[in-house]
Amino acid sequence: MASQEQLSAIKRAKVLMVGAGGIGCELLKTLALSGFQDIHIIDMDTIEVSNLNRQFLFRQSHVGQSKAKVARDAVLRFRPNISITPYHANVKESRFNVDFFKEFDVVLNGLDNLDARRHVNRLCLAADIPLVESGTTGFLGQVTVHLKGKTECYECQPKPAPKTYPVCTITSTPSKFVHCIVWAKDLLFAKLFGDKNQENDLNVRSSDTANSSEHSEDVFECRKDEDIERYGRRIYDHVFGHNIEVALSNEETWKNRNKPRPIYSKDVLPEEQTKENGNEEKGCAADDVSAMVSLSLKNPQDIWSLVENSRVFLEALRLFFLKREKDIGNLTFDKDDQLAVEFVTAAANIRASSFGIPLHSLFEAKGIAGNIVHAVATTNAIIAGLIVIEAIKVLQKDNNNYRMTYCLEHPSRKLLLMPVEPYEPNRSCYVCSETPLSLEVNTQRCKLRDFVEKIIKAKLGMNFPLIMQGASILYEVGEDLEEDMVVIYAANLEKALSELPSPVASGSVLTVEDLQQEFSCSINIKHREEFDEEKEPDGMLLSGWVEAPVDKDNNKPIGNDESTSNALPSMETLEGEKDDEIQETSEVVEAFSGKKRKLSEVSEVTAPDPSGPSSINQNKPEKLDIDDEDDELIISDDWESFTKKKKL
Amino acid sequence: MDGEELTEQETALYDRQIRVWGADAQRRLSKSHILVCGMKGTVAEFCKNIVLAGVGSVTLVDDRIVTDESLSANFLILPHENHYNGKTLAEVCCDSLKEFNHMVHVAVETGDISTFGVEFFEKFDAVIISCCSLGKKKLINQKCRKLSKRVAFYTVECRGSCGEMFVDLLDYKYSKKKLEETIECQIEYPSFEEAISVPWRALPRRVSKLYFAMRVIEQFEDVEGRNPGETTIADLPGVLKLRKELCETNSLDESQIPDALLERLLTDTREFPPVCAIIGGILGQEVIKAISGKGDPLKNFFFFDAMDGKGLIEDISGPSTRS
Repeated sequence: MASQEQLSAIKRAKVLMVGAGGIGCELLKTLALSGFQDIHIIDMDTIEVSNLNRQFLFRQSHVGQSKAKVARDAVLRFRPNISITPYHANVKESRFNVDFFKEFDVVLNGLDNLDARRHVNRLCLAADIPLVESGTTGFLGQVTVHLKGKTECYECQPKPAPKTYPVCTITSTPSKFVHCIVWAKDLLFAKLFGDKNQENDLNVRSSDTANSSEHSEDVFECRKDEDIERYGRRIYDHVFGHNIEVALSNEETWKNRNKPRPIYSKDVLPEEQTKENGNEEKGCAADDVSAMVSLSLKNPQDIWSLVENSRVFLEALRLFFLKREKDIGNLTFDKDDQLAVEFVTAAANIRASSFGIPLHSLFEAKGIAGNIVHAVATTNAIIAGLIVIEAIKVLQKDNNNYRMTYCLEHPSRKLLLMPVEPYEPNRSCYVCSETPLSLEVNTQRCKLRDFVEKIIKAKLGMNFPLIMQGASILYEVGEDLEEDMVVIYAANLEKALSELPSPVASGSVLTVEDLQQEFSCSINIKHREEFDEEKEPDGMLLSGWVEAPVDKDNNKPIGNDESTSNALPSMETLEGEKDDEIQETSEVVEAFSGKKRKLSEVSEVTAPDPSGPSSINQNKPEKLDIDDEDDELIISDDWESFTKKKKL
Repeated sequence: MDGEELTEQETALYDRQIRVWGADAQRRLSKSHILVCGMKGTVAEFCKNIVLAGVGSVTLVDDRIVTDESLSANFLILPHENHYNGKTLAEVCCDSLKEFNHMVHVAVETGDISTFGVEFFEKFDAVIISCCSLGKKKLINQKCRKLSKRVAFYTVECRGSCGEMFVDLLDYKYSKKKLEETIECQIEYPSFEEAISVPWRALPRRVSKLYFAMRVIEQFEDVEGRNPGETTIADLPGVLKLRKELCETNSLDESQIPDALLERLLTDTREFPPVCAIIGGILGQEVIKAISGKGDPLKNFFFFDAMDGKGLIEDISGPSTRS
């Protein structure tokens, strides 16, 4: 048990937990058992069935209820005399401001997404409160300690951005199943069932050939008096037949590629066959309508034939129009929407079949499309234990003994749990050390809106930005703005940077602030005329903290998730060629496993890169004698000397 | 895997973990039977993990009556059940565990486990022993080894910031995928008795100090006829004397078993919940690996010490079973 000093530090402490999911449940339990008396817990989520295999504080009967509240009640059953304060809320809400954070002795994260992690990191920095950060995926996990000025902050190491694919790979030349999933989900599904006003590249190829743009506009609309069955077949033939033919007509594309095969519904499903499979109207509720049920397909692990996929495609489309018509026009893909998953699986498989790509089961497709993270109870329990150990050190101000710990799947030099000394703050981190960023941008063409959306929000993770050049405010978001200012800012959004009231040009310095996060940084602007559409789709290039794009997979920091934000296809079902996808679809974590797999080809002794070595290499190359042999460094070097080298 | 698909309910509940270990492994898990003995915090953690994972059944053995001390690291015991109506630890834990997953059968077996015959153990695929004397551990391990079927055997103990786990999978064969090929692997495990009898000088260099320290304490408790954890600082002279003897017999430098570590193990005997979570988690993963045949099982000791934060595997085998 803990020593007396530890116990009194624990009893006095007021801790904030962010996240009551996989790690959160385990953490709340271990904190309570360890003697913590005053725990606050924020989680915006409600309980789902797929949580129950590991979030052991929740039961079937709790499905739909607040995680934070149910977790509190469950823990009070075995520790009735402690105080647990739940907040069923988004940690980004303005009430959780810097003053709120200052009330706590330590903040413990068990989050599932990069966005919230960055937000909490900034609030902890602004409030000067220590943060213990954590994440798991499958058997892998990590715990890190962040103290302002003493150790690196969560954002000192750049985080890999979600993988995006070149538009033409998705629209014209898919080579992997994930490309077909992206097409089915982000293009076809969005086109048919999503917001009609949204830009969509579905017909990008056909529109620059014979089809006039207005013609291709209404191809996807169900015509008046058109039988739903006919409509389904028309869509089918258009996207899997006609569009492929159009693509084939561009011979240049196929010189070094296998040509796809156009597929028409009449060839796959003779006309009368579809009629009979409609296992008509079982009167089920609109939200559990399923094409699998009406077609009597039972096992989600089965890989359907082209015929079965085509049936599912037509049936799912029919059911959307029949049972869920009111949703059409405002749907976005949701992995928990059975019918949407069925439609996307079928569409992706038909497209895969056309391009000679192996088909996948609904279970697998759902994992890829929904970016479903692998999660087991044991890893979360281990990580929660490690978080509490670090939290106690933080409370005792045991500054020399903080560790970041990696939970590995395969031992590295006998270690399954590998502690590493934390790194110093990265002096070029734009978050914790006020280093300016630089942005290359075409100041004459780029609108302020693009700058706000693609850089300020997407890259810098700000929610309520204020943009200034010198003393003049170019843009601001907030509840208490004067009406005339709102109008001016709205107008500014549509202007190119060079046309703003205070024109932005090469050499300009913009100050960007987020008032809620109490965080600001400067951006040096550099004008550049041209950008590569494929490689720089944003038409802008932000640098200063972003690592060189070269060899990115090898240098990604270790991930960090108990989450829904990752696509790590199951290790069993997606071997071999899919390893590439695993790395590509990563948002946060896969570097870890992706890397590990790579190493496993080289050596028995495999170690996921504990992020530090390679990133340190990058940031402070002068301190290390080894440059691009990170892998070897970890595998073959003696553990003791390895830790020494990395020490600060 | 032999027929029987997972039900729709199972697929929905186990979705996230099937993505980790596959549907075959899940099916094997759901047909497995686990026996655990010694319901303290670490074992409670382990039970939670495997009940959530969806094993077929878990049988609990622990006839001790619930006391305030047993609450300390065990979240399966709810304090408002004031007097527990004379219920045993196993019974109280059983009630809580059942709620975690209705698809898992949780039951209690009463009696002294060391008196159970060999055939009793045949019903199980894995046996986990905790809070037992050295003699009982050896005995049960031997019984499991006598069976024609393989019964995986584990012992687990946590004292303060330290935890130890032992694994015996006998002659364990499994296959794993490496690149494109499937490789057949085989690992031979020594029994608990064989492992701890390996002369220390025959062990590889730099074996964890915790291994030696745990053996000294274990022997001390055995000689004194104490239960695990029934020690105080007053026992230090006796323990240091035993260390000297053991080190002489084994030609090991006494500095390999520091005084400070022994002191810690003697005085800090209550379970520390974070360590229970960690050891219970590792044990859960190992049992899941052994049952599902997925992943490299560890051989054959695992140690964790919250002081340095290392979680480390030691292979303590005689020359015949060293891998």
